[in-house]
Amino acid sequence: MKKDEIPQDPSPLDKFTKEVCYAVDDKGEYTTGLSRGWQVKADALGITWEEAQARTANAREKVKNREASPILFFMELNMMDVPIVAAYTGFWQWTVKRHLKPDVFKNLSVKKLQKYAEVFDVSVEELKNMNPNAA
Amino acid sequence: MQLNFQHIQAAHCENGVTTNLLKHSGIHQITEPLAFGIGAGIFYIHIPFLKISGGPAISFRTMPGQIFTRTCRALGVKIERKTFTSKEKAQRFLDDCLAKGQPAGCQVGVYHLTYFPKEFRFHFNAHNLVVYGKENDTYMVSDPVMETVTTISEHDLERVRFAKGALAPNGQIYFPKTSESVSEERIKKGIIKGIKHASWFMTETPVPILGVAGIRFTAGRIKTWRESLGARRGGLYLAQLVRMGEEIGTGGAGFRFVYAAFLQQAYAFVKRDELLDISEQFTSIGDLWRASSVQASGIYKGRMTKQQDFNVMGDMLLNIADKEKIAFKALQNIKWK
Repeated sequence: MKKDEIPQDPSPLDKFTKEVCYAVDDKGEYTTGLSRGWQVKADALGITWEEAQARTANAREKVKNREASPILFFMELNMMDVPIVAAYTGFWQWTVKRHLKPDVFKNLSVKKLQKYAEVFDVSVEELKNMNPNAA
Repeated sequence: MQLNFQHIQAAHCENGVTTNLLKHSGIHQITEPLAFGIGAGIFYIHIPFLKISGGPAISFRTMPGQIFTRTCRALGVKIERKTFTSKEKAQRFLDDCLAKGQPAGCQVGVYHLTYFPKEFRFHFNAHNLVVYGKENDTYMVSDPVMETVTTISEHDLERVRFAKGALAPNGQIYFPKTSESVSEERIKKGIIKGIKHASWFMTETPVPILGVAGIRFTAGRIKTWRESLGARRGGLYLAQLVRMGEEIGTGGAGFRFVYAAFLQQAYAFVKRDELLDISEQFTSIGDLWRASSVQASGIYKGRMTKQQDFNVMGDMLLNIADKEKIAFKALQNIKWK
């Protein structure tokens, strides 16, 4: 890549920082330049987020239809999967999977709900009602 | 309290932390490409049956921590590295370091990193930054991928240092223990060691998911993705491949440009004409990686969805694998004496 080919496309990076790129100058020597972003990359990030949102919406439907507990919704909302939720809460993975069932969830103790609520940054009430706060 | 610490922006977080910490400890010759090359950071792995955020597990970099460890070892710098089970002890240790005037590298998770915009927050636990000061309950942070220094609260730093999941940092903290300058001769030796390690790894490892063989493996898989996953999910997988190689903090084109820069800088220490030639080869390999990303974006944007398009993508990676094999073999065959 030549230095004047460093992409300068508008991207989510604009809210954050410019990034360093290594590229060659006219004399063929390596130097660094700053990039605003690259469309190819922005698209890859964009479709990943679209997918995450679709999964969250799908989870919301499932919870509404009583096919899953609100934990599934918050898990997807936080881009987590079962191993990550298990690592944060300290429950076993199979326990988390069990808690994804609405019938099991209904009877969970406040102490256990509290653990999930902490991980998802919501109150126990919000967790039960599938009510994400501002985020 | 704030230490006198110079923040230099880098393309990759661990390179940047290594460079900045070593510079602070008195090794003025170190640059990001040198740290990356001496630490033999160039890598490729595609782990089948493991999924990361629902996509293929591919990495263009060594295990987190390795670049720092290898670079320091090659330069004869002693290092301190600690992980913790107790959050209080982790914080006390960091505070003690700062009180002694020692800036410290920390491994952190990105998900709760408050100064990252939401778009970039994933459950990725191998990010690195340097803490170089503390004012009341706010830490001063030099995050190498950012243009300027930033801050983070005590609570938030604890949260990211104890992020959970794959590669959990467990409060990992590291820094060079000694501070002294290093001779040109030592750097020369480090460069040769780094090149030997990387070229061996990329071409000789007998496991078909590592190094150049790993790239071929990915190429073969890509051709099956449309059939087994459908065009949309196949596209998502490709988007993940592109993000692993191009996203902020990766240096672009799967680190190939940084490596090309390293070979060019290495020439200043080790006068072997081959280095300049191979550096040019890596520049064109980097360009090929970028071209493959453009091809992939056509697929995940939904512009191209035919099997033919996936085949082209796979063939592009096969071509890259061939070129890399030649380049790494040439590196391996350099006569150093």
